[in-house]
Amino acid sequence: MSKIALVGMGYTGFTRSSEHLSFREMVYQAAVKAYNDAGGIDPRRDVDAFISCQEDFWEGVSIADEFAPDQLGGVLKPVYTVTGDGLHCVANAYMMIRSGVADIVVVESHGKPSEIISMSDIVWFSTDPIYVRPLKIPNPHALQALEARVYMRSRGLRREDLGLYVVQSLGNALLSDRAPYAAKLDLDGYLEAEYVVDPLTAYDIAGYSDAAIVAVVASEEIARKLTDQPLWIDGVGWATEISTISMRSMEEDIATKLAARMAYDQANIKDPGREFDFAEVDERYSYKAIQAIEALGLARMDTIASDLRGGSFSRSGSLPVNPSGGALGEGVPLEAHGLARLLSAYEQLRGRAGRAQLSGAEKAVVHGWRGLGTSSSIVLVLSR
Amino acid sequence: MGVSIRGGTPLRDEEFRAVIKEIDSPRARYSMAAGIAYSRFLEGLKRGEILGTYCPSCRLVHIPPKIYCPYCFKHLTRWVRASDEGRVVTAVVSYLSATLETLEKPEIVGIIRLDVPGHRFSSYRFPGILHRICGASEDDVKTQRIFDARVKARWLPEDKRTGSMNDIECFEVIWG
Amino acid sequence: MKTNVYVKKRVAVVGAGLTLFRRRMLETPQELAWIAAKRALDQAGLELKDIDCIVSGSAPDAFDGVHLKGEYYSEGAGAIGKPHLRVYVGGGTGVFVPIAAWWHVASGLCRRVLVVAEEKMSSAADPHPQAVFRHIWDPITEKPLNPNLIWIFALEMHRYMHKCRVSKEDIALVSVKNKRNALDNPYAQAAANITVEDVLKSELLVYPVNRLDISPVSDGAAALVMVSEEWARRLTDTPIWVDGIGYTLDTSYWTNRELSFPVYLKNAAEMAYKMAGIERPMKEIDVAEPYDPFDYKELHHLEGLGLAPRCGAAEMTREGVTQRDGDLPVCPSGGLLGVGNPIAAAGLMKTAEIFWQLRGEAGKRQVRKDAVTGLAQAWGDLMQVGTVVIMRR
Repeated sequence: MSKIALVGMGYTGFTRSSEHLSFREMVYQAAVKAYNDAGGIDPRRDVDAFISCQEDFWEGVSIADEFAPDQLGGVLKPVYTVTGDGLHCVANAYMMIRSGVADIVVVESHGKPSEIISMSDIVWFSTDPIYVRPLKIPNPHALQALEARVYMRSRGLRREDLGLYVVQSLGNALLSDRAPYAAKLDLDGYLEAEYVVDPLTAYDIAGYSDAAIVAVVASEEIARKLTDQPLWIDGVGWATEISTISMRSMEEDIATKLAARMAYDQANIKDPGREFDFAEVDERYSYKAIQAIEALGLARMDTIASDLRGGSFSRSGSLPVNPSGGALGEGVPLEAHGLARLLSAYEQLRGRAGRAQLSGAEKAVVHGWRGLGTSSSIVLVLSR
Repeated sequence: MGVSIRGGTPLRDEEFRAVIKEIDSPRARYSMAAGIAYSRFLEGLKRGEILGTYCPSCRLVHIPPKIYCPYCFKHLTRWVRASDEGRVVTAVVSYLSATLETLEKPEIVGIIRLDVPGHRFSSYRFPGILHRICGASEDDVKTQRIFDARVKARWLPEDKRTGSMNDIECFEVIWG
Repeated sequence: MKTNVYVKKRVAVVGAGLTLFRRRMLETPQELAWIAAKRALDQAGLELKDIDCIVSGSAPDAFDGVHLKGEYYSEGAGAIGKPHLRVYVGGGTGVFVPIAAWWHVASGLCRRVLVVAEEKMSSAADPHPQAVFRHIWDPITEKPLNPNLIWIFALEMHRYMHKCRVSKEDIALVSVKNKRNALDNPYAQAAANITVEDVLKSELLVYPVNRLDISPVSDGAAALVMVSEEWARRLTDTPIWVDGIGYTLDTSYWTNRELSFPVYLKNAAEMAYKMAGIERPMKEIDVAEPYDPFDYKELHHLEGLGLAPRCGAAEMTREGVTQRDGDLPVCPSGGLLGVGNPIAAAGLMKTAEIFWQLRGEAGKRQVRKDAVTGLAQAWGDLMQVGTVVIMRR
């Protein structure tokens, strides 16, 4: 069976605000870069379909999908929206190409959280209107803090372990050109920080940033014509659990586990802890990254704490996680976050990661979640 | 096979009001960047000008303006000034407000295709905007006399303009 | 979109289910989704554990009153512990969900897919669900004018009337036909025996649109089960094959376009026809369910689909061609005008109707001719998107 390739990516942003550009203009710029990267394709002629990943209430518009086509070059062409993380769009592109109905598909996702004045209200608006919202809990992060407590206790993790992860990731982010929150932090500095909601401090919760990211996915045949270095999407999986946190397991990130199983099955991955050279995971909450590392099969539940403390996931460890930083350093550009992880993996595998470059990286696992109010994960295997 | 399931429980208006429910009114407030193209467009309106961007490839003038042509996917840098006159492409009479309450005075709105000196457009793609139409009666709309009528922008006085579509009060029909 | 596709994997619909469509329902979004999904599974002879993927659709989150509402209703759509995706093209969603489900199966990743569309418009109760449409406009160039949704339809309707020389009487015939067809639909909300005069005399909202020209606001859900060829043959003697899919989105700048003809729908239809190997749609399509949120839209869409000559749909309607016993029955279900318009569920309802018609299971709504090939179509956004599905027995 022929393969599916990632042939180009482009982005704008990763800044705390972007008032000089409308979202359309940001997407346009990212698209121009991506098309150029993909061998100079012309969207009007060469692209079969365009997929946008966005949500109404992040955009401030109902039926946000109506604004998708123009800035991508998709007018009067097959264009649709998936209300999901950017990686959900990649999953669709993968299926479309595999089914034979398209050869090149463009995927975009963007976020301008700086434009959402009532962010906390919008985040609350995603919670269950009957069982959760009426509780009028002051801070939405409390829901994740509950899960953090359960997970930490079940795996024997302490604050110091979360701190270790945060210090590592923010330090990695210093090597990145797009990490407005990068910092040289040490464990003492972390432990001194006040709680936002116990056990989470401000360092454990990613901030927001504005960004637009575009990716070009193609069939093997087309990919080989466009570039000498196509990267292969060996497998993609996704899964959803109940979105209300109190109704599902907080010890295990089951959605990520199921999504990983689906992706590994396609990619023929039998021993994830050894077959990947690095991982890009969702760290919008520090503990969530650790939980994801375990759910992805990169560590076992009885070894996750010791692996973390032993430095397995640092840049010099056996399985670097977020080697150029992740959401904690870059900020979360809402639904574009998954594509930000894909972008980091893409750059690593193409040798474009600059100061963050690892040597000899051939295969990576890319993971995304959708954040508070959701329990949907997507996992993708990317290789050279 | 399978259990026979009722297809749902319809409620009458009074029943809907009476059932136990949670009521929520979320605060959804945004501050949206106009960006390069719209900023310049709005500044133009404040000065009493309707501006657009020109695509040399397909020769379309984009109003409302963009920094890219959606049809050619080319970067646009040439700005042109449209006349504030044009023709009515289609028009309707609204008896309802945005929240569907009955208006005291019916409002006529339409799509106005703007003239741009030195440019011609087909009826399939043209610079056009949605706006209010004045100087026409309900009858003018219902008889379709208003289709293709010439209109000219009636601007607010300069000191009242703020850089908004509402700097134009309406497009006034020039009969004759 | 590649249009000359040699499709190796065929995909079939083997079950469909609907809830009632009503202005207000007691059920939560999850419950509505569940009812429709369970009915579809029952008809297919499957249980939830047999399903490997779920594709859902729902239009603006503002209606149900939950941000990221796909996550919220997903449990009702059977999505716990399964791959679930929600797709969104405004009003076009209902027919786009089976399109996305098609490649879930045709890619080989999934074999038995549950397709669910749900809408609970009554939750946006204050002041009225229609108020949600205040936020579909461009915030800078359109919203400051305080538009109401009906403006945009009225503008398009009037342009169509002007260019095609179609009268309000001609258009009202569609509302009369569809509401009457709906009398035979047990799920219908707005079935009625009305006359053209009733339509013209109903409350004038935005000339040329009167109240009876419009479909109602509704709560409701619909579901399908779509499976691979191997499973289709195992489960039933009459699988209905999804042979053609097409979709196209036009520019969001609707004020720059000729509105009297939906070019985007023509593109979408051509995509679907080519894939299904249809060269003369007017002859080869036996029954059609085009999207009819307003009566003039049925005419507009028939022309865009190539099922009526340009500006000729009104004449076809006058001559009775589109009645259930006509040569090209259109909206035998009663359409949105008769059954109701819970946006995404409405489009999927039309797809379900074609499924039942092709199987001969439409009861009193069954069209007279032997229907082998059928078409369902939805539309939405700022007069922008056309989604088309062609099914065959």
